[in-house]
Amino acid sequence: MALNREFIGRAFPPSEPYEVTRLKIREFADAIGDLNPVYRDPEAAKAAGHPDVIAPPTFPIVISIGGASLTDPELGLNYAMVVHGEQRFEYNRPLHAGDVVTAESTIAGIRSIGRNERLDIQTVITTVDGEHVCTAHNVIIERGA
Amino acid sequence: MTATVKYDEVEVGQELPAKTYPVHRLDLVKYAGASGDFNPIHWNEQFAKSVGLPDVIAHGMFTMAQGGRYVTDWAGDPGAVVEYGVRFSSMVVVPNDGGTEIEITGVIEDKRDDNTVVVALTARSDGQKVLTRAKATVRLA
Repeated sequence: MALNREFIGRAFPPSEPYEVTRLKIREFADAIGDLNPVYRDPEAAKAAGHPDVIAPPTFPIVISIGGASLTDPELGLNYAMVVHGEQRFEYNRPLHAGDVVTAESTIAGIRSIGRNERLDIQTVITTVDGEHVCTAHNVIIERGA
Repeated sequence: MTATVKYDEVEVGQELPAKTYPVHRLDLVKYAGASGDFNPIHWNEQFAKSVGLPDVIAHGMFTMAQGGRYVTDWAGDPGAVVEYGVRFSSMVVVPNDGGTEIEITGVIEDKRDDNTVVVALTARSDGQKVLTRAKATVRLA
Protein backbone atom coordinates (compact mmCIF):
# COMPACT_ATOMS: atom_id res chain seq x y z
CA MET A 1 0.00 0.00 0.00
CA ALA A 2 1.32 3.46 -0.86
CA LEU A 3 2.66 5.29 2.17
CA ASN A 4 1.39 8.76 2.94
CA ARG A 5 3.77 11.21 1.22
CA GLU A 6 2.71 13.96 3.62
CA PHE A 7 5.10 12.32 6.11
CA ILE A 8 8.16 13.24 4.02
CA GLY A 9 10.26 15.66 6.04
CA ARG A 10 8.31 15.04 9.22
CA ALA A 11 10.43 15.46 12.34
CA PHE A 12 9.28 13.54 15.39
CA PRO A 13 9.72 14.98 18.86
CA PRO A 14 12.72 13.68 20.85
CA SER A 15 12.14 10.32 22.51
CA GLU A 16 11.94 10.05 26.28
CA PRO A 17 15.46 9.99 27.79
CA TYR A 18 16.95 6.49 27.56
CA GLU A 19 19.49 5.39 30.14
CA VAL A 20 22.16 3.06 28.78
CA THR A 21 22.88 0.43 31.45
CA ARG A 22 25.58 -2.21 31.91
CA LEU A 23 22.92 -4.89 32.07
CA LYS A 24 21.25 -3.89 28.80
CA ILE A 25 24.60 -3.72 27.00
CA ARG A 26 25.46 -7.17 28.32
CA GLU A 27 22.08 -8.56 27.25
CA PHE A 28 22.57 -7.12 23.77
CA ALA A 29 26.16 -8.42 23.51
CA ASP A 30 24.95 -11.87 24.63
CA ALA A 31 22.20 -11.81 22.01
CA ILE A 32 24.66 -11.13 19.20
CA GLY A 33 27.09 -13.69 20.63
CA ASP A 34 29.87 -11.15 21.17
CA LEU A 35 32.05 -11.95 24.18
CA ASN A 36 34.29 -8.87 23.96
CA PRO A 37 35.15 -7.87 27.57
CA VAL A 38 34.70 -4.13 26.87
CA TYR A 39 30.94 -4.87 26.69
CA ARG A 40 30.90 -6.76 30.02
CA ASP A 41 33.74 -5.83 32.33
CA PRO A 42 34.02 -2.19 33.51
CA GLU A 43 37.69 -2.70 34.38
CA ALA A 44 38.49 -4.04 30.89
CA ALA A 45 36.60 -1.10 29.37
CA LYS A 46 38.50 1.40 31.55
CA ALA A 47 41.81 -0.26 30.64
CA ALA A 48 40.86 0.34 26.99
CA GLY A 49 40.31 4.02 27.75
CA HIS A 50 36.52 4.08 28.09
CA PRO A 51 34.66 5.56 31.08
CA ASP A 52 32.58 2.37 31.55
CA VAL A 53 31.49 -0.62 29.47
CA ILE A 54 30.72 0.48 25.93
CA ALA A 55 27.93 -0.69 23.65
CA PRO A 56 28.48 -2.66 20.41
CA PRO A 57 28.37 -0.58 17.21
CA THR A 58 24.85 -1.72 16.31
CA PHE A 59 23.42 -1.11 19.81
CA PRO A 60 22.07 2.37 18.93
CA ILE A 61 19.32 0.60 16.94
CA VAL A 62 17.72 -0.17 20.32
CA ILE A 63 17.33 3.55 20.93
CA SER A 64 16.58 4.66 17.39
CA ILE A 65 13.74 2.12 16.96
CA GLY A 66 11.65 4.16 19.37
CA GLY A 67 12.51 7.50 17.82
CA ALA A 68 9.94 7.57 15.03
CA SER A 69 6.23 6.92 15.35
CA LEU A 70 5.98 4.51 12.44
CA THR A 71 2.87 3.09 14.05
CA ASP A 72 0.90 6.24 13.20
CA PRO A 73 -2.05 4.85 11.19
CA GLU A 74 -1.96 7.96 8.96
CA LEU A 75 1.42 6.78 7.59
CA GLY A 76 -0.18 3.56 6.34
CA LEU A 77 2.74 1.26 7.08
CA ASN A 78 1.88 -2.46 7.19
CA TYR A 79 4.43 -3.66 9.72
CA ALA A 80 3.96 -7.33 8.77
CA MET A 81 5.33 -6.55 5.29
CA VAL A 82 8.33 -4.56 6.49
CA VAL A 83 11.90 -5.70 5.94
CA HIS A 84 15.08 -3.78 6.68
CA GLY A 85 16.68 -2.32 3.55
CA GLU A 86 19.77 -0.46 4.68
CA GLN A 87 21.35 0.77 7.91
CA ARG A 88 24.26 3.07 8.56
CA PHE A 89 25.68 4.63 11.72
CA GLU A 90 28.07 7.55 11.99
CA TYR A 91 29.70 7.62 15.40
CA ASN A 92 31.07 10.56 17.26
CA ARG A 93 31.96 8.14 20.07
CA PRO A 94 30.70 4.78 21.38
CA LEU A 95 27.71 4.75 23.72
CA HIS A 96 28.68 3.71 27.24
CA ALA A 97 26.89 2.67 30.39
CA GLY A 98 25.68 5.75 32.20
CA ASP A 99 24.83 7.70 29.06
CA VAL A 100 21.34 9.18 29.10
CA VAL A 101 20.31 9.92 25.53
CA THR A 102 17.39 10.94 23.39
CA ALA A 103 16.67 10.06 19.77
CA GLU A 104 15.25 12.55 17.28
CA SER A 105 14.00 11.06 14.04
CA THR A 106 13.09 12.64 10.73
CA ILE A 107 11.49 10.91 7.75
CA ALA A 108 14.01 11.85 5.09
CA GLY A 109 12.15 10.29 2.17
CA ILE A 110 9.44 7.96 0.91
CA ARG A 111 9.41 6.52 -2.59
CA SER A 112 8.17 3.56 -4.59
CA ILE A 113 10.55 0.94 -5.96
CA GLY A 114 8.50 -1.32 -8.19
CA ARG A 115 5.77 -2.72 -5.98
CA ASN A 116 7.67 -1.89 -2.79
CA GLU A 117 7.68 1.27 -0.72
CA ARG A 118 10.98 2.64 0.58
CA LEU A 119 11.11 4.76 3.75
CA ASP A 120 14.30 6.65 4.73
CA ILE A 121 14.64 7.69 8.37
CA GLN A 122 17.43 9.66 9.99
CA THR A 123 17.86 9.51 13.75
CA VAL A 124 20.21 11.71 15.76
CA ILE A 125 21.20 10.37 19.17
CA THR A 126 22.29 13.01 21.67
CA THR A 127 22.99 12.92 25.39
CA VAL A 128 20.65 14.92 27.60
CA ASP A 129 23.64 17.27 28.07
CA GLY A 130 23.60 17.99 24.35
CA GLU A 131 26.59 15.88 23.22
CA HIS A 132 26.10 14.26 19.82
CA VAL A 133 26.83 10.52 20.08
CA CYS A 134 25.80 9.09 16.75
CA THR A 135 23.51 9.49 13.76
CA ALA A 136 21.62 6.51 12.34
CA HIS A 137 20.35 6.26 8.77
CA ASN A 138 17.68 3.61 8.37
CA VAL A 139 15.95 2.39 5.20
CA ILE A 140 12.96 0.15 5.61
CA ILE A 141 11.09 -1.55 2.79
CA GLU A 142 7.41 -2.37 2.82
CA ARG A 143 7.03 -5.29 0.44
CA GLY A 144 4.21 -5.03 -2.07
CA ALA A 145 1.39 -7.55 -1.60
CA MET B 1 40.36 3.66 22.88
CA THR B 2 43.14 2.16 20.87
CA ALA B 3 42.89 -0.42 18.16
CA THR B 4 45.51 -3.15 18.24
CA VAL B 5 45.99 -3.16 14.46
CA LYS B 6 48.48 -0.55 13.25
CA TYR B 7 47.58 1.74 10.36
CA ASP B 8 51.09 1.51 8.90
CA GLU B 9 50.91 -2.28 8.76
CA VAL B 10 47.70 -2.42 6.72
CA GLU B 11 47.60 -2.28 2.93
CA VAL B 12 44.79 -1.58 0.49
CA GLY B 13 43.63 -4.89 -0.98
CA GLN B 14 44.64 -6.86 2.11
CA GLU B 15 42.15 -9.62 2.87
CA LEU B 16 41.00 -10.36 6.39
CA PRO B 17 40.48 -14.00 7.44
CA ALA B 18 36.96 -15.37 6.81
CA LYS B 19 34.82 -16.22 9.82
CA THR B 20 31.62 -18.21 10.14
CA TYR B 21 28.88 -17.41 12.63
CA PRO B 22 26.09 -19.93 13.35
CA VAL B 23 22.49 -18.68 13.60
CA HIS B 24 19.74 -20.64 15.36
CA ARG B 25 16.13 -19.75 16.11
CA LEU B 26 17.08 -19.23 19.77
CA ASP B 27 19.54 -16.51 18.73
CA LEU B 28 16.72 -14.64 17.02
CA VAL B 29 14.47 -14.93 20.08
CA LYS B 30 17.29 -13.54 22.23
CA TYR B 31 17.93 -10.78 19.70
CA ALA B 32 14.24 -9.88 19.59
CA GLY B 33 14.24 -9.46 23.36
CA ALA B 34 17.51 -7.53 23.50
CA SER B 35 16.68 -5.19 20.62
CA GLY B 36 12.95 -4.73 21.15
CA ASP B 37 12.18 -5.82 17.56
CA PHE B 38 9.44 -8.39 18.04
CA ASN B 39 8.30 -8.65 14.42
CA PRO B 40 6.98 -12.26 14.27
CA ILE B 41 8.71 -12.92 10.92
CA HIS B 42 11.81 -13.44 13.07
CA TRP B 43 10.41 -16.14 15.36
CA ASN B 44 7.06 -17.46 14.13
CA GLU B 45 7.38 -19.80 11.15
CA GLN B 46 3.65 -19.98 10.50
CA PHE B 47 3.39 -16.19 10.45
CA ALA B 48 6.50 -15.78 8.28
CA LYS B 49 5.09 -18.17 5.67
CA SER B 50 1.68 -16.49 5.79
CA VAL B 51 3.27 -13.22 4.61
CA GLY B 52 5.10 -14.91 1.74
CA LEU B 53 8.51 -15.56 3.29
CA PRO B 54 10.22 -18.95 2.81
CA ASP B 55 10.64 -19.45 6.57
CA VAL B 56 11.66 -17.49 9.66
CA ILE B 57 14.30 -14.92 8.69
CA ALA B 58 17.00 -13.33 10.83
CA HIS B 59 16.72 -9.69 11.84
CA GLY B 60 18.81 -7.67 9.40
CA MET B 61 20.36 -6.02 12.44
CA PHE B 62 21.43 -9.43 13.78
CA THR B 63 23.38 -10.01 10.56
CA MET B 64 24.76 -6.47 10.69
CA ALA B 65 25.86 -7.11 14.28
CA GLN B 66 27.86 -10.16 13.14
CA GLY B 67 29.61 -7.94 10.60
CA GLY B 68 30.32 -5.45 13.37
CA ARG B 69 31.74 -8.19 15.55
CA TYR B 70 33.92 -9.35 12.66
CA VAL B 71 35.40 -5.87 12.26
CA THR B 72 35.85 -5.09 15.95
CA ASP B 73 37.45 -8.49 16.65
CA TRP B 74 39.92 -7.69 13.89
CA ALA B 75 40.59 -4.07 14.89
CA GLY B 76 40.85 -4.86 18.59
CA ASP B 77 38.64 -2.07 19.92
CA PRO B 78 34.91 -1.60 19.25
CA GLY B 79 35.38 2.07 20.12
CA ALA B 80 37.53 2.49 17.01
CA VAL B 81 34.59 2.22 14.60
CA VAL B 82 33.86 5.64 13.10
CA GLU B 83 31.16 4.64 10.62
CA TYR B 84 29.42 1.39 9.73
CA GLY B 85 26.79 0.86 7.06
CA VAL B 86 25.23 -2.04 5.17
CA ARG B 87 22.60 -2.87 2.59
CA PHE B 88 20.52 -5.97 3.29
CA SER B 89 20.55 -7.66 -0.12
CA SER B 90 19.02 -11.01 0.72
CA MET B 91 17.34 -12.66 3.68
CA VAL B 92 19.08 -15.00 6.12
CA VAL B 93 16.62 -17.90 6.26
CA VAL B 94 16.80 -19.77 9.57
CA PRO B 95 15.24 -23.26 9.50
CA ASN B 96 14.05 -24.83 12.75
CA ASP B 97 16.37 -27.81 12.36
CA GLY B 98 20.03 -26.94 12.57
CA GLY B 99 19.71 -23.23 11.86
CA THR B 100 22.11 -21.73 9.34
CA GLU B 101 25.43 -19.91 9.12
CA ILE B 102 26.64 -16.47 8.08
CA GLU B 103 30.10 -16.39 6.52
CA ILE B 104 31.88 -13.04 6.55
CA THR B 105 34.98 -11.91 4.69
CA GLY B 106 36.61 -8.49 4.56
CA VAL B 107 39.11 -6.56 2.50
CA ILE B 108 40.85 -3.24 3.13
CA GLU B 109 39.28 -1.01 0.53
CA ASP B 110 40.85 2.34 1.35
CA LYS B 111 43.32 4.07 3.64
CA ARG B 112 42.37 7.60 4.64
CA ASP B 113 43.73 10.46 6.68
CA ASP B 114 43.61 10.42 10.45
CA ASN B 115 44.67 6.73 10.65
CA THR B 116 41.33 5.46 9.36
CA VAL B 117 40.78 2.58 6.96
CA VAL B 118 37.65 1.40 5.17
CA VAL B 119 36.93 -2.31 5.48
CA ALA B 120 34.57 -3.69 2.82
CA LEU B 121 32.63 -6.70 4.10
CA THR B 122 30.88 -9.52 2.31
CA ALA B 123 28.40 -11.70 4.18
CA ARG B 124 26.92 -14.87 2.71
CA SER B 125 24.34 -17.33 3.93
CA ASP B 126 23.12 -20.41 2.07
CA GLY B 127 25.01 -19.27 -1.04
CA GLN B 128 23.39 -15.81 -1.14
CA LYS B 129 25.06 -12.47 -0.47
CA VAL B 130 23.10 -11.16 2.50
CA LEU B 131 25.00 -7.89 2.95
CA THR B 132 26.22 -5.69 0.11
CA ARG B 133 27.79 -2.24 0.18
CA ALA B 134 28.83 -3.17 3.70
CA LYS B 135 31.62 -0.89 4.86
CA ALA B 136 33.14 -0.05 8.20
CA THR B 137 35.46 2.88 8.72
CA VAL B 138 37.84 2.12 11.58
CA ARG B 139 40.51 4.25 13.25
CA LEU B 140 43.65 2.18 13.71
CA ALA B 141 46.61 2.67 16.01
